[in-house]
Amino acid sequence: MKINSDMLGKVLTMGAALLAIVSTIVIIIFISTKGLSTFINTGISVKEFLFSTTWFPDRAVEDGGPQVGVLAFLLGSIIVSLLAVLVSAPLSIACAVFIQEIAPFWGQRLLQPAIEILAGIPSVVYGYIGLSLLAPFIRNNIGGLGFSVLAGFLVLSVMILPTIVSVSTDTLRALPQEWKEASYALGSTRWQAIRLVLLPAARSGLVTGIVLGLARAFGEALAVQMVIGNTRKIPSSILDPVITLTSAITMDMGNTPMGSLWNNALWTMGLLLLLISCCFILIVRFVARRGGITS
Amino acid sequence: MHNKLKGLVVVILCLGVVLALAGCGGGGDSSAKPAAESKLSGNITAVGSTAMQPLAEQAATQFMAKNPDVKIVVQGGGSGTGLTQAAQGAAQIGNSDIFAEEKSGIDASQLVDHQICVVGMAAVVNPSLNIDNLTRQQLVDIFTGKTTNWKDVGGSDQKIVLVNRPKASGTRATFKKYALGGAEEAAGIEEDASGTVRKIVKDTPGAIGYLALSYLDGSVKAVSIDGVAPSKENITTGKYPVWAYMHSYTKGQPDTAVEAFLSYLMTDDVQKTIVPQLGYIPETDMKITRDSAGNIKNK
Repeated sequence: MKINSDMLGKVLTMGAALLAIVSTIVIIIFISTKGLSTFINTGISVKEFLFSTTWFPDRAVEDGGPQVGVLAFLLGSIIVSLLAVLVSAPLSIACAVFIQEIAPFWGQRLLQPAIEILAGIPSVVYGYIGLSLLAPFIRNNIGGLGFSVLAGFLVLSVMILPTIVSVSTDTLRALPQEWKEASYALGSTRWQAIRLVLLPAARSGLVTGIVLGLARAFGEALAVQMVIGNTRKIPSSILDPVITLTSAITMDMGNTPMGSLWNNALWTMGLLLLLISCCFILIVRFVARRGGITS
Repeated sequence: MHNKLKGLVVVILCLGVVLALAGCGGGGDSSAKPAAESKLSGNITAVGSTAMQPLAEQAATQFMAKNPDVKIVVQGGGSGTGLTQAAQGAAQIGNSDIFAEEKSGIDASQLVDHQICVVGMAAVVNPSLNIDNLTRQQLVDIFTGKTTNWKDVGGSDQKIVLVNRPKASGTRATFKKYALGGAEEAAGIEEDASGTVRKIVKDTPGAIGYLALSYLDGSVKAVSIDGVAPSKENITTGKYPVWAYMHSYTKGQPDTAVEAFLSYLMTDDVQKTIVPQLGYIPETDMKITRDSAGNIKNK
């Protein structure tokens, strides 16, 4: 009986693990073949794709088309997610320190669940709040149309907050208690212990949290799409509308026939996103390995 | 304890299998085998245009009530998806708000067109603007970015904010072809969903966009073109040019169940009740026809 249930468990977990590996590989192969066909079948150069801002995938050959330059989308994604991380990272780390070191009791009892709830709110709700409250607020009080880089990164910075906070609190919690005690014994104040001992010791974990937040910001589509205005131009100010890779993909995907150049170009954009998030994962692995907390 | 756990695992596995089977059933095979002479059966999947989705859903519900052995699954996904799925034979019906001939990458010759109804489209502006009518040239100048202030077309001194649909959208294609004469629109705000376009035009001072008439609810103002209002009357008689057919495409001639559903869509049950209720114009009311090249003929 015991052996049987052991076997069953083994088979189930092995099966699940294999399924995860196989599906990852299949997805990568599928996106790659689809995405690379833009370059292979239609002879559009990688350089043109990455560094041109003209996006006319429907233009006939005799009018000089089709042109699929994604620079505006790529820059939009980078600008919006970097700004979101810039806002969110200090806030999140401060939150994590507060939860773990300053007010451990009600921080862990109240604040951490409250922040985790933020992760559970569906992104369409964030988008709708941004569309209904944030964009009009920006339009009436700051200027511009409201649909802007500003609205986009503000919404995103709230959305990535739980990711960074939870990774950071976990890291801080994993630090050996003796380090804090030792620094108190040397006469440091609580602030000095946090700033000079705990935060530097937790550095790699904090960076991991930030990179994961950045990756999440990069991949988020729906909420961002609702508040950034989706204008296919490189923004010149924080109040200009902008477009990201993800929103460009979701807006056109359903209306382009499979196998057309236009559709393939969208897959290439998907491939680009995949490569970027692979980079983020590699960075996380690298950071986690270097100077990790070994207790 | 172990037995309990095992029981749970078995239950979960069974659930999984049942769900998987149910999922397969929906996508399913279309080879309808009429059990009795008058009884229809089979599975129909209708995929495509989100503009047509509410119509297809309501009609399908009524049709299934009358023919309990027919199962119809209606999905959105966009006109491009509808046309592709129909052409590949993955769905029995592909809904589209543009002609298959107008979409590059689709082999239109193997698809059979069933025109269900007509939807008009109008330029809409923020209700606080005192604009009710624009000439065709003014409209083109506004959407190509030549005119950037409402005072140049007889309005107040207010910057124009363009709200477009994505380039692949069927509504955009129709509006560009019949309202703008094919002129390329300037970059503006782009929104995927008609509902979002309506909300932005309603909330943003100086905004102009375009919507299917089925989305008009009084919160935004529809604009006449050259003095012709986007009314049902003007569309059926061919005076107002910006409209599109709602097509249901099948690959080759449809089988019995699909054919029965498509002809049900043309009965008074649908054409006289659901179609006008949702803000579309019944195909049967049209006094003109238009082909994929845009040629208009009297019916």
